[in-house]
Amino acid sequence: MWDDILLEVRDLKKYFYPPRGVFGGSKEVIRAVDGVDLYIRRGETLGLVGESGCGKTTMAKLILGLVKPTSGDVFFEQRNIFKLGKRELRRLRPSMQLIFQDPYGSLNPRMNVKGIIAEGLRFHKLETRKSEEQRVAELLEMVGLKPKDMYRYPHEFSGGQRQRISIARALSVNPKFIIADEPVSALDVSIQAQILNLLMELKETLNLTYLFISHDLMVVKHISDRIAVMHRGKIVETATTWELFQNPSHPYTKMLLTAIPIPDPDIQRPTMSF
Amino acid sequence: MLKQRSLFWIYFKKNRLAIAGASTISAIFLMAIFAHLIAPYDPGETDIATKLAPPSFKHLLGTDQLGRDVFSRMLYGSRVSLSVGFVAVSISLFIGIIVGSIAGYYGKIVDSVLMRFVDIMMCFPAFFLMLTIIALLGPKIHHVMIVIGATSWMGTARFVRAEFLSLRERDFVQAAKVLGISDKRIIFRHMLPNALAPVFVTATIDMATAILIEASLSFLGFGVQPPAPSWGNILTEGRIYIFDAWWLTLFPGLAILITVLSFNLLGEGLRDALDPRLREEGIK
Repeated sequence: MWDDILLEVRDLKKYFYPPRGVFGGSKEVIRAVDGVDLYIRRGETLGLVGESGCGKTTMAKLILGLVKPTSGDVFFEQRNIFKLGKRELRRLRPSMQLIFQDPYGSLNPRMNVKGIIAEGLRFHKLETRKSEEQRVAELLEMVGLKPKDMYRYPHEFSGGQRQRISIARALSVNPKFIIADEPVSALDVSIQAQILNLLMELKETLNLTYLFISHDLMVVKHISDRIAVMHRGKIVETATTWELFQNPSHPYTKMLLTAIPIPDPDIQRPTMSF
Repeated sequence: MLKQRSLFWIYFKKNRLAIAGASTISAIFLMAIFAHLIAPYDPGETDIATKLAPPSFKHLLGTDQLGRDVFSRMLYGSRVSLSVGFVAVSISLFIGIIVGSIAGYYGKIVDSVLMRFVDIMMCFPAFFLMLTIIALLGPKIHHVMIVIGATSWMGTARFVRAEFLSLRERDFVQAAKVLGISDKRIIFRHMLPNALAPVFVTATIDMATAILIEASLSFLGFGVQPPAPSWGNILTEGRIYIFDAWWLTLFPGLAILITVLSFNLLGEGLRDALDPRLREEGIK
């Protein structure tokens, strides 16, 4: 069964030490990620939910090796990514990709779509110069855009379309694992569903594994096989999606569940305190 | 891209002073390039018989103490001023961009070391440092260029560093890192192009400063050596005759004033035109 584990996080910690003031006043240490254990099976979607500032994004950056942890380990396919050399890490990078929350900040405004999507291909020499254009067209079609869009610049696209470009860029390097960091929370509700469905389709066709980060339980419920609930840097509960919604064990999870708006004004929800 | 550029033009065109600055600079550049065609006399040609002649149709801006035509000399002098400005600013941009981007990208210890070096460089009174170096190396035009460039890059370095510090956290830079792109490529393809626009604005204003410094150095005899003409040394030579032949000092002085003013106006115009665009990007 352990062969099945694609990613494992062991006792991961990331503390931020605020700079001391001129007069040496000591401030409190920020425990963004405080001892997280987590595993994701191959082909699975793990939802990570929690309120803003609970350390979800820091988790994502740690797993991708973008920031160094205070302590703890991340194993990707049984390899500890913090023990890898710079070169090895760079070679591993394409296997793990990230989709960002803000579709306006995640694309370089000075590169056209082809440049953005082809960059990873070129750098890792996945395609020849000739076949590269073909591949970019293919990727664009895969995410529901037109091949001729590759000659346009990011500002010519809407938020949802930009998010599709961002997804195409992530897919360009044939990843196995994708972290989606609030990929739909900056989008209109109608577009959210489209992007979610796209992500689910892609997962099926490309055998992807997702870590899906969101603060919106309904979105996470829609896409995840299992859900981990994060609160103040700790995972307070992990359960399958069905189980979590039927029978939440941690009080924080219960509170999150009651916070989901019910789309019917006549139904009164029981109030509870936390 | 198109939208941003046209937006920039709309703002820039509204600024009449900047347009005036830009046209004046273009005119001065053209005059410098075609000096050999426009100049009515050879700049070194002496004619003692007509020395210190006031401005007339024969000599538009009069003649100096050796009977040389001041207009022709100033045309050739503009080549010196502009090329010194141009080369010096290029050198300063080159050093400033390299130091600033390395400091801003790598941060931490690299940043501290480089920025302390910048602080040290800024502590020197630049003008006296230049005088000392030129006194040691000898007053040649390329020494002047190098020395001005090498003592004026610190502002650019700080500026580029600040831009890089904020760009480094931007998602598209993080995305490039996640793709496993090399640092070099991230710096040159993703960060620099997004940091350059405001840098070129300051470069325009730096041009003005560099031209002024060259004129000052030439005025003090540390710049371009006579008989080669430069605005600064025409001014020096005319200084002795300031009460008898005002045209010898007035015109080169005016030329320096107008050029420097134009560069400053252009620079400020560019900055104003760029600003709303930057604000707009910020909102997105």
